[in-house]
Amino acid sequence: MADVVVERGRVARAAGARKGTSLRNALGRKSTVAFFLTLPLILLIILLVLYPAFYSVYLATLNKAMTKFVGFGNFTFLFKRETFWMVVQQSCIFAITAVIFKALIGFIVAHFVHNIPAKGQRKWRGMLLVPWVIPPAMSTLAWLWLFDPSYSAFNYTLSFFGVGPIPWLGDTFWARFSVILVNVWYGAPFFMIMYLAALKSVPDQLYEAAAIDGANWWQRIWYVTLPMMRNIIAITTLFSLIVTFANFDIVRILTSGGPLDTTHLFATWAFQVGIQSNDIPLGACVSLFMVPILAVAAIFILRDVSKRGNEA
Amino acid sequence: MSTLAIDKAGPSRKVKYGSMSRDRTWALRWSYFFLVLFAIFFLTPPVYMLITSLKSSAEISAATNPWWVFHPTLSNYVELLTSNQFLRFFWNSSVVAIAVVIITMLISIPAAFALARMKFWGSATLATGVFLTYLIPDSLLFIPLFKMLAVFQDYTGITLLNRWYVLLFIYPTLTVPFCTWIMIGYFASIPKELDEAALIDGASWLQTLTRIFIPVALPGLIAATIFAFTVSWAQFLYPLVFTTSVDQFVLPVGITTTLIKGDVFNWGQIMTGALLGAAPPLVIYAFLMDYYIAGLTAGATKG
Repeated sequence: MADVVVERGRVARAAGARKGTSLRNALGRKSTVAFFLTLPLILLIILLVLYPAFYSVYLATLNKAMTKFVGFGNFTFLFKRETFWMVVQQSCIFAITAVIFKALIGFIVAHFVHNIPAKGQRKWRGMLLVPWVIPPAMSTLAWLWLFDPSYSAFNYTLSFFGVGPIPWLGDTFWARFSVILVNVWYGAPFFMIMYLAALKSVPDQLYEAAAIDGANWWQRIWYVTLPMMRNIIAITTLFSLIVTFANFDIVRILTSGGPLDTTHLFATWAFQVGIQSNDIPLGACVSLFMVPILAVAAIFILRDVSKRGNEA
Repeated sequence: MSTLAIDKAGPSRKVKYGSMSRDRTWALRWSYFFLVLFAIFFLTPPVYMLITSLKSSAEISAATNPWWVFHPTLSNYVELLTSNQFLRFFWNSSVVAIAVVIITMLISIPAAFALARMKFWGSATLATGVFLTYLIPDSLLFIPLFKMLAVFQDYTGITLLNRWYVLLFIYPTLTVPFCTWIMIGYFASIPKELDEAALIDGASWLQTLTRIFIPVALPGLIAATIFAFTVSWAQFLYPLVFTTSVDQFVLPVGITTTLIKGDVFNWGQIMTGALLGAAPPLVIYAFLMDYYIAGLTAGATKG
């Protein structure tokens, strides 16, 4: 801090003496200006992101009353609890299944939108992105009402086909199915938009060349579209993996983790343990288990994004 | 002889042409068919929200066809829009979202300008750091932040927990990294000649930013603003953790906690509240769709 103040003073003096036209002066002023322009950002990141991240590691080593250092006590306690392993398992099932279906549906829908005449594409795209625009807490309430045990509109419709009534949120399998369904509904439009942007950037000449070589539609997708979109697919999928893995809103509103904690994710369980049951160290400990998978995904995203930057 | 040959060639080519266009027509029909199916899947919940919001409690509890409104009524809307509590949620949400947008812009525009144009020690690392920060989810930080605020209160006596304005400090952690990141992309795409010309004309760095960069990168600015607004409007976890009194709630928390009283679900009002809560982002989206989509795709395609 002191260094900067001194340097600023020097620059100001020099500027006052010679009206600041020399190159060195300009450089000095530039880095000072740059420092002050980025200072709020740096402060925000350090105080409200980095510090809490490390603070949560510290919190995770305390006992429940936060008076005593227990080292890895919370971690070993978690390893012995069945619920914890269930949460790990459900988080992985939830994130992987949801991301796969989001990616598939997004890809298929993007292709259909790309297929139709350009005039109507805007309208369809606008309509299909609506789930992503509605705040998830609001749209999940609509799903909760659609899944209502006694007035479920789905069960009403299914009863005409002789199916049901299905306990959407009351049974472990169906509750897991429902939270994944809602997540896919919410996230697929995002994939659709990303893929559509990528599809538009594939040059038409490549398809013409493929058509002349006698490629059928499947070969065109496999040998032209997918390789050209590889980077976008990778970035979108990894990004979605992070967001889905850390999801809170949908599970919290739909099931609150029930029935019998079988739909809990790391985020919702950490909330229940840390905030509702007031065991902050254990809650911090639970949410820290998200870090490894987030870190791996982040490293790959960073690699792809910077690779993209080099290509451009 | 030659005419015959041409006659033979003519129809056969025409038939082939016809079959190709028939293939295209069928591909188009299938595309529309599946698009309609997916549109039904994607639009069912919002449409069902609207349907339910127009029903009275009596009609909801009578087990009639849930997909149709037999006696449309606006009573749910009237009731919510005259309830001080609901208006209070709406007001809190609006103030928080607008203030967060302003704070975000004040932080991220200068920072993006410095990172895009002024190469200084550590600028590349900082840009990468900003992107990584964007990938840190809210569900990782809510517990340490909660404890930090409690400790802060103990030391300074300033109450931040259970006050709506605490969100003004917390939300920028979600909005600033992404906005900075896409603004770096937009600023970097501005030709260097422009700011060199400004520099030669004697503009200071600040003038270059306000007179050249902000006007030229206005589409990016709008996209970033929309992003910041929708994120702060939709955020659910932080207000759920940091606010506990009803008068401090923002919309998502207010609707999910106060309209559900014990086991009594007043679905007509819940759906109306959810629809009204979803309205501002939807309206912005309807009018500024292109900017919205530009902002969505910018994260991965720029920078």
